[in-house]
Amino acid sequence: MATTSHGDLDAGARASRTLTVDGLAGRRGERILFHDFDLFVAPGELVWLRAANGYGKTTLLRILAGLALPEAGTIRWSPASGPATVYLAHANALKDDLTVLESVRYQSTLHGLEASEAAIADAIRRFGLQSRRHAPIRTLSQGQRRRVALTRLCLSDPQSTWLLDEPWDALDAEGVALVSTLLDEHAARRGNALFTSHVPPAIDGLRTVQFDALPAPA
Amino acid sequence: MTRVFATVLRRDLRLAARRRSDALLPVAFFVVAVSLFPLGIGPEPQTLRQIAPGIVWVCALLAAMLSLGAMYSGDLVDGSLDQMLLSGPTPGQASLAVAAAKSLAHWLVTGLPLTILAPLLGVLFGVAPAPIVALTASLLLGTPILSLLGGLGAALTLGVRSGGVLLLLLVLPLCIPTLIFGAGAVVAIDSGLSARGHFSLLGALLILTMLLAPLATAAALRIATE
Repeated sequence: MATTSHGDLDAGARASRTLTVDGLAGRRGERILFHDFDLFVAPGELVWLRAANGYGKTTLLRILAGLALPEAGTIRWSPASGPATVYLAHANALKDDLTVLESVRYQSTLHGLEASEAAIADAIRRFGLQSRRHAPIRTLSQGQRRRVALTRLCLSDPQSTWLLDEPWDALDAEGVALVSTLLDEHAARRGNALFTSHVPPAIDGLRTVQFDALPAPA
Repeated sequence: MTRVFATVLRRDLRLAARRRSDALLPVAFFVVAVSLFPLGIGPEPQTLRQIAPGIVWVCALLAAMLSLGAMYSGDLVDGSLDQMLLSGPTPGQASLAVAAAKSLAHWLVTGLPLTILAPLLGVLFGVAPAPIVALTASLLLGTPILSLLGGLGAALTLGVRSGGVLLLLLVLPLCIPTLIFGAGAVVAIDSGLSARGHFSLLGALLILTMLLAPLATAAALRIATE
């Protein structure tokens, strides 16, 4: 599928896409959750979307990922085509009957990442699942499942935009630190990310967007 | 598109292989349901031979409906469906590939085994060789239609409470033409007539559903995940 020209040294082409959101409104069911939301995310920027429960953080991420349609407003990616976004939802999208290795391999093929076996083994090792790689997902704990879903961050196109919904959910201290490190590395490669979290993330140079300080729904 | 189709198809077949008892349920239902009829109707060979094609067809139809409920519901709940729709250039294209792959996987796991078993059941009912060939051929053409229409019904009833019954009410009427021409082909051969018309119509139905059902299913999936 998408072929990346490795010889391309143009700095602009080796960074994440710029995201411009203008006057966005989101709806769940009959309720308008937010409106007139503006956001600009430059390459290399990490944005923490902060809000109390029920203010539409998940809805916003789903709209940005392209799963839901906004009620109003525009979303512009610049350049228009480029590395795909990586959307990791609250649900892990894993099947109980597949093993860890099969799940990681499936995720990578489904999204056309063309990860080598070595890269897949490396991602599994990084998340500390080496000894469990042939274990069915059914036998894993919540935290371990989250780790399997998160391996995609190691395998994705370095310049993709990450949209992460509560990535630290269910993780232990070591897992939390690992995800923070991955986000740091991503920003260092001029990749950008938008994520939600209820606990303040321990990441330097983080931009916080207070989401529930928006004008109250009409 | 092709990548998404192949990846989803391979995953669904692997999952079916891991849950063999679930995958075999429709086939077991088919055999048991068909073999109940002689017990209910009586062992008159002439009658049984006459009604066998209809019985096999109706039971195949019902067996194919059994596993439809689980086609998308699990993937919707655990977030797999979202990821599938995000795997293509656009969710629209990805959902089309997913719809096609899911229906094909359903046919390979349900429709194909039913088609393979049907001649055996025909023999048990004392059906002559020529009508048995017609029965198998009509199921081979007809069961993919059932899987395609079933996929559409499953996608339309996603996230609906008591969707299982609604699914049957939606899909069964759509399957009536397939049933009429499928069983009709066997009856025609049995009475020494040509079944060319029946097979042509079945083929036409198959082409039509292959063209339209995945499109409609893809649209339903997009609505369900929104």
